[in-house]
Amino acid sequence: MRVLHYVNQFYAGLGGEDSAGIGPRMLEGTVGPGRLLAQLLGAEHEIVATLVCGDDHAASNATAAQELLEMARDAGAEVLVAGPAFGSGRYGLACARLVAAAQSAGLPALASMHPDNPGISDAGEAPVIASGATAREMRPSVQRLAAAVVKVAAGEELTPADGKVTPAARIGQLVTQRSAARAVELVLRRLGGDREATEVPVGGFGVVEPAAPIDKAASVTVALVTEGAVVPAGNPDRLESARATRWLRYPIDGVDSLASGEWESVAGGFATTAANADPNRLVPLDAARTLEREGTIGRLHEEFLVTVGNGTPVATARRFGVEWAAELRKAGVQAAILTAT
Amino acid sequence: MTIAEQVGAPRIVPGRGIPYPSGDPSLPPAGEQQWRRQLVQCALDAVTTAVEHPTIFEAGVVHA
Repeated sequence: MRVLHYVNQFYAGLGGEDSAGIGPRMLEGTVGPGRLLAQLLGAEHEIVATLVCGDDHAASNATAAQELLEMARDAGAEVLVAGPAFGSGRYGLACARLVAAAQSAGLPALASMHPDNPGISDAGEAPVIASGATAREMRPSVQRLAAAVVKVAAGEELTPADGKVTPAARIGQLVTQRSAARAVELVLRRLGGDREATEVPVGGFGVVEPAAPIDKAASVTVALVTEGAVVPAGNPDRLESARATRWLRYPIDGVDSLASGEWESVAGGFATTAANADPNRLVPLDAARTLEREGTIGRLHEEFLVTVGNGTPVATARRFGVEWAAELRKAGVQAAILTAT
Repeated sequence: MTIAEQVGAPRIVPGRGIPYPSGDPSLPPAGEQQWRRQLVQCALDAVTTAVEHPTIFEAGVVHA
């Protein structure tokens, strides 16, 4: 079968963050992890070309996946493979969107990424094969991916045994003790020094590596972003007041202050009286504008980004964070102030 | 430990209440303007400072 492989700019050898803005392109044959993948696929399947896109471009352009898919079709793809993206957010989003577009267009496609990758929810009907968390696990990740590609090429269904990521199953279980007794038991264990015992494991937040500092705010563009649900009065775009599924952007070029009556917060998790009396209490536009005028801030970004944090799942919030970072980097923004409620 | 530290936000400027991260309704208008300016200034100090783990920057304090 004719296989096309998608990787980001880094794995294509085109550069790191400095090249994250490059648009969709196609390279002949295999590059980077594609070489190992080709070797493991054997003689029956050939990686005929490698699709590449910069992570920022892929994460912030709605049409990138479609453009890449057209390139794949032109190259006569019979199967499309993306990744492994490991835990990398933008790369994971790019892989997921591409395989989703391919699968829904009738081209068999699969992606590889870590099960905690925020991109995973964008893969639609396409299967995602679990990879390790980092590139240190390249070889076992590509081995598992290659085996899955062979199955897909043969028209077989993938199962969790192939490493396919599926929603966590809730399985009923009979226990001998009632909940009150179990709760007391847990309390006693806790008092005895056991910090781990639980019946409800809570997912972690992961580790965020701090970005390098900027040199001087006076020479860069700074963005204001918020999870405080600040929107134009009347909420014309219907931002949710809880459990956000999306984020919005509003232009503030030439606006000196967020006037009461023109802007409001639709957040459902706190009393918005104070914020609605002066929306600058949620997005500090008036103060930031003054500092821009005085030269302390080089330039304020022309729009602010907003969602609602109230009740929004961590996985969704992480995806928004990935998209915001790509969006802002593409616009040349070098620092962001996120006001959080 | 604050929530912001728990979730691993690298640079944190504490406000004075959940409903008004960049304000303080208990202050007279001029005082609140001054406070908001200090918060933004502090955030700018924070992004020009290297950090390795969640770090709190208090507004109104001079950061070296």
